[in-house]
Amino acid sequence: MIIRSSSSGFLHPVPSDITPQAAYQSRRDLMRQIAAGSAGVALAGWGLRDAQAQMTRPGQLPPLASVPTKMAGAMVLDKLTPYKDAATYNNFYEFGTDKSDPAKRAHTLMTDPWSVEIEGLVKNPARVNLEDLLKWGAMEERIYRLRCVEGWSMVIPWVGYSLADLIRRVEPLPGAKFVEFVTQADPKTMPGLRSSVLDWPYLEGLRMDEAMHPLTLLAFGMYGEVMPKQNGAPLRLVVPWKYGFKSSKSLVKIRFTDKQPVISWEKSAPQEYGFYSNVNPNVDHPRWSQATERRIGEDGLLAKKRKTLMFNGYETQVGQLYAGMDLKKFF
Amino acid sequence: MRAALRHPAAWWALLVLGCMPWAWLLAQTLQDQLGPNPAEALIRATGDWTLRSLCVVLAVSPLRTLLGWPELLRFRRMLGLLVFGYASLHLLCYAWFDMGFDLADTLQDIVKRPFIWLGFSGFVILLVLAATSFNRAVRWLGGKRWQMLHWGVYAVAVLAVLHFWWMRAGKQDFEEVLVYAAILAALLGWRLLRSMWRS
Repeated sequence: MIIRSSSSGFLHPVPSDITPQAAYQSRRDLMRQIAAGSAGVALAGWGLRDAQAQMTRPGQLPPLASVPTKMAGAMVLDKLTPYKDAATYNNFYEFGTDKSDPAKRAHTLMTDPWSVEIEGLVKNPARVNLEDLLKWGAMEERIYRLRCVEGWSMVIPWVGYSLADLIRRVEPLPGAKFVEFVTQADPKTMPGLRSSVLDWPYLEGLRMDEAMHPLTLLAFGMYGEVMPKQNGAPLRLVVPWKYGFKSSKSLVKIRFTDKQPVISWEKSAPQEYGFYSNVNPNVDHPRWSQATERRIGEDGLLAKKRKTLMFNGYETQVGQLYAGMDLKKFF
Repeated sequence: MRAALRHPAAWWALLVLGCMPWAWLLAQTLQDQLGPNPAEALIRATGDWTLRSLCVVLAVSPLRTLLGWPELLRFRRMLGLLVFGYASLHLLCYAWFDMGFDLADTLQDIVKRPFIWLGFSGFVILLVLAATSFNRAVRWLGGKRWQMLHWGVYAVAVLAVLHFWWMRAGKQDFEEVLVYAAILAALLGWRLLRSMWRS
């Protein structure tokens, strides 16, 4: 069983259960050294990859078993962002607009029971329980870069399976050209819904070929454990070549449509946010440059910001999806 | 209370108090206690303390009049220089930690983010006020001209609030901005009403 029990699945443990970050970090560093040393220079990268993949449990939440992915490009070798940073610094406007708000407030989110409505142009529309969804694909660990539109980035080991596994199972009709993702919107547990900054519920969308791309991940966990509530429990999308806001959290609906969905940010500020929102250092946000980024937890106060990579470094994998498109126009 | 304010140690006590946020931020920086994004934390904290110290210095005259405590006047210059100090730190943190002292990057950034212009204009005014804060500067300029120049602090208050408001406009998160705007509006409004009432 992947999750201990349905009742304790996403509860936070007592503080004494928590392994100090320094403890697992030093173990991870040791493993990395051993791996690099025994495998030799030529294989150091592989050793590092395996060490990173297996030595990441922070001991905060129930474990979520997985195997390291074999997919090319889905296991970047960048240094992992400390769990503490990834779990305390992020945007989840349903809990407030400050990046420390989600970690402070998301404990109210009710993730049990949870189901996802699959609807629209699809042969098998259904309301699927989380327990069943967890079994719809083989859980893989994948290490992705995450680039926020605000100019910071992280490297996070996610646990989940390709969204394509789900899409193939529900069999979209030939007319389905886009997939829309709807996030939970419960005013009782999400204080951020009082803000008018966005239209709730939060809507996101992908073109069918983007949704079917094997890198597009339906994630149920991170760092070898179930998803923390503040990071979008119990399941979220991760689209590593797009700005972070494209990776919707706490999904309740997946809808197949023939029309391009109007996503929440596009509705709120159409000049600033587009449907595609691919990471692109050459297309600036109207109010700031996208050429560089700050890697959270790694780049010190005095470090120069690092160059942002085209498609967040996934150009080899996804570049062909946008062949011939004017990326300045379709931003 | 008024006797305490007249005590020579009161000036030093207030200076130490005014430097505490700075010392606290420095200690947090050295101990790596500023959270996942220390650069952002420092830029925001120094901006917050600029606004707070601005509220304090602009409260001196109203409190002096309303409470009838002329003693407060002897703290005003030091409090004004604290505003300049926090504004300088704010600018330094931006130029250093966000821009890495790269002039080309900074110029590009300022074009992209016009709210930085507002903050920078406010800083230039504060620089002029700080540079003319000595007794001898008052004599050189003459009392009347010196006073008119130092009304520039009202422009700083307006620029500071606009700078903050524009910065938060992206997230439409104006709660904190409104708190500062209300305090500064009350402090400036009191002066306006008083001068109208007098004339």
